[in-house]
Amino acid sequence: MISPMLSEAWSAMSANRLRTFLTMLGMMIGVGAVILMLAIGQGAQYLVDKSISSMGSNLFIILSGSSTSGGLRMGGGASPTLTVADAQAIAELPSVAAVAPSASGTAQMVYGPNNWSTQVIGTLPSYLEVRDWELAAGYPFTDSDVRSATRVALLGQTVVKNLFGDEDPVGKTIRIKQSPYQVVGVLAMKGQSLDGRDQDDSVLIPVTTAQRKLFGTQFQGSVRMIMAQAASADAMPAAERAINQLLRQRHRIKEGAESDFTVRNLTALANTAAETTRVMSLMLGAIASISLLVGGIGIMNIMLVSVTERTREIGIRVAIGARQRDILLQFLLEAIIISIVGCLVGVGLGIGGAVLVNKITETAVVITLSSVIMAFMVAAAVGVFFGFYPARKAARLEPIEALRYQ
Amino acid sequence: MSSDAIIRISGLSKDYQTAAGAVPALENISLSISPGEFVAVMGPSGSGKSTFMNLLGCLDIPTGGSYFLNGTDVRTLDKDQLARLRNSVIGFVFQGFNLLPRASLLDNVALPLVYAGVGRSERIRRAQEMLDKVGLGKFSTSLPSRISGGQQQRVAIARALINHPRLVLADEPTGNLDTRTSQEIMSLFTALNRDEGITVVLVTHEADIATYANRLVRFVDGHLAHDGAVDHELLGAHA
Repeated sequence: MISPMLSEAWSAMSANRLRTFLTMLGMMIGVGAVILMLAIGQGAQYLVDKSISSMGSNLFIILSGSSTSGGLRMGGGASPTLTVADAQAIAELPSVAAVAPSASGTAQMVYGPNNWSTQVIGTLPSYLEVRDWELAAGYPFTDSDVRSATRVALLGQTVVKNLFGDEDPVGKTIRIKQSPYQVVGVLAMKGQSLDGRDQDDSVLIPVTTAQRKLFGTQFQGSVRMIMAQAASADAMPAAERAINQLLRQRHRIKEGAESDFTVRNLTALANTAAETTRVMSLMLGAIASISLLVGGIGIMNIMLVSVTERTREIGIRVAIGARQRDILLQFLLEAIIISIVGCLVGVGLGIGGAVLVNKITETAVVITLSSVIMAFMVAAAVGVFFGFYPARKAARLEPIEALRYQ
Repeated sequence: MSSDAIIRISGLSKDYQTAAGAVPALENISLSISPGEFVAVMGPSGSGKSTFMNLLGCLDIPTGGSYFLNGTDVRTLDKDQLARLRNSVIGFVFQGFNLLPRASLLDNVALPLVYAGVGRSERIRRAQEMLDKVGLGKFSTSLPSRISGGQQQRVAIARALINHPRLVLADEPTGNLDTRTSQEIMSLFTALNRDEGITVVLVTHEADIATYANRLVRFVDGHLAHDGAVDHELLGAHA
């Protein structure tokens, strides 16, 4: 039953080639747009997800300095109120997994004929844990390096590239502000941060070394900020409360007075960014779906015209013994073929368009099998849905009316 | 009325609903046709002969009376069962040939077999056989538009016969054909009737076409005005 119907559908479609092509074009554009938009949306989502995971998970950042000082409002980090001892106290909290204070600044460094200016972060070995940062080579510096303020350094990939080129930096000595530092390890590639900064363009050294030997500080042991990682995502609110309480206690801040530090939930910020991209990606898909809908309406329109044009043919078929479902199936099949062929070409157009967008604008695009399968299923459903009404109209024609139709 | 009649009609009527109320097209028709008869149906336009043929062909449902086709009470059947009955018992030949314009002659002839659920190779074999029989075997891949009207009507007859019907209903089959071609088509019907015992019911308004039949039914204003032998004087009077 199906094979003669397929050939009939084919002959009906090839009898009106231009019309069939234009109807298919509607589907092609619809499916192509959906796939392209999903690819762009998912590409953006992929970038955001990548920078979030590169930041480290369940992260707080604690900045020193009160928001207001007398009548003068100061920014975070304006006065050095946080200390390494604060960080160690925070690390004792049960809801906190790891803590890393950081005293950072910019410094010029030299290796052989090359020199490079970059951010130097003085911190504890736990920094790597807090930031989920692996080593690509060598070893991290140790707690004993921190205790004795050794001149050791971990280099980011960008620094390695600019100072060493292809040379292996581990074990070599570089000069930071004239002083020699031994490179003990190389950090793994981390990529861009959420704000677009190159995270690989940095050097880690023991916090004590930074404070005493590199930057020097007004107050012994003070740091500009502390990063703290909560034990789990669920523990984040508890950790935030506990950190606030602990620091107010340690800093002897009276009830009702303003804190001389700020606790920021970085993960919440990141999740907002991720949510925003997800909504954007959904909206792109939804807008593109409208064109799929329009394509479906195009199919319905053409099928209605086709049914009217072929009324007499339907009459002949019914007189000869076609049942209602034979006629229904014949027209439905035609609509489905148009939508599926249109969809196949549309998938190609969408993927091609995504590759082109990637090539021209260097925007990240991600094409997933699931989005292709989804577009395909939707197209088939559109064919059935919009093909059904005209097909049913054809099947319900009265034979004598249909035969009389000129 | 013999009990093995292929067509048995009693008290048959058909009304059409119009804005001005029900208009009767056929009133209280009773007749019976036995297997192997060749019946000509005549009457002026508007007399109800087309309605009568539509009812015979199960394309329309009567509003009153009973119709037994091949022993089956047509009024008890649903649409799909009527379609099956049309497919297996009746062969239709129309005035305008009614071939599918985009299908080859072979596919046109094979079409009823598609709806009868016959397999592809069997369909092709039987359709080619039937085309050979009407003398158009060598045009099997042509489209209907490539052949003459008389040839198209032969193809339509081949299509009507492909599923071995007991009854052929022909609605003015020679209406669009010249005299010589008409005679050829009519001798084809005569041969079918005489050699294969197929019952033929044929609507015409031409007296010389009616003379091929062996029974004449005449409608006037929805009533049966004549049912009997082909009366040449009657034909002459109304021609």
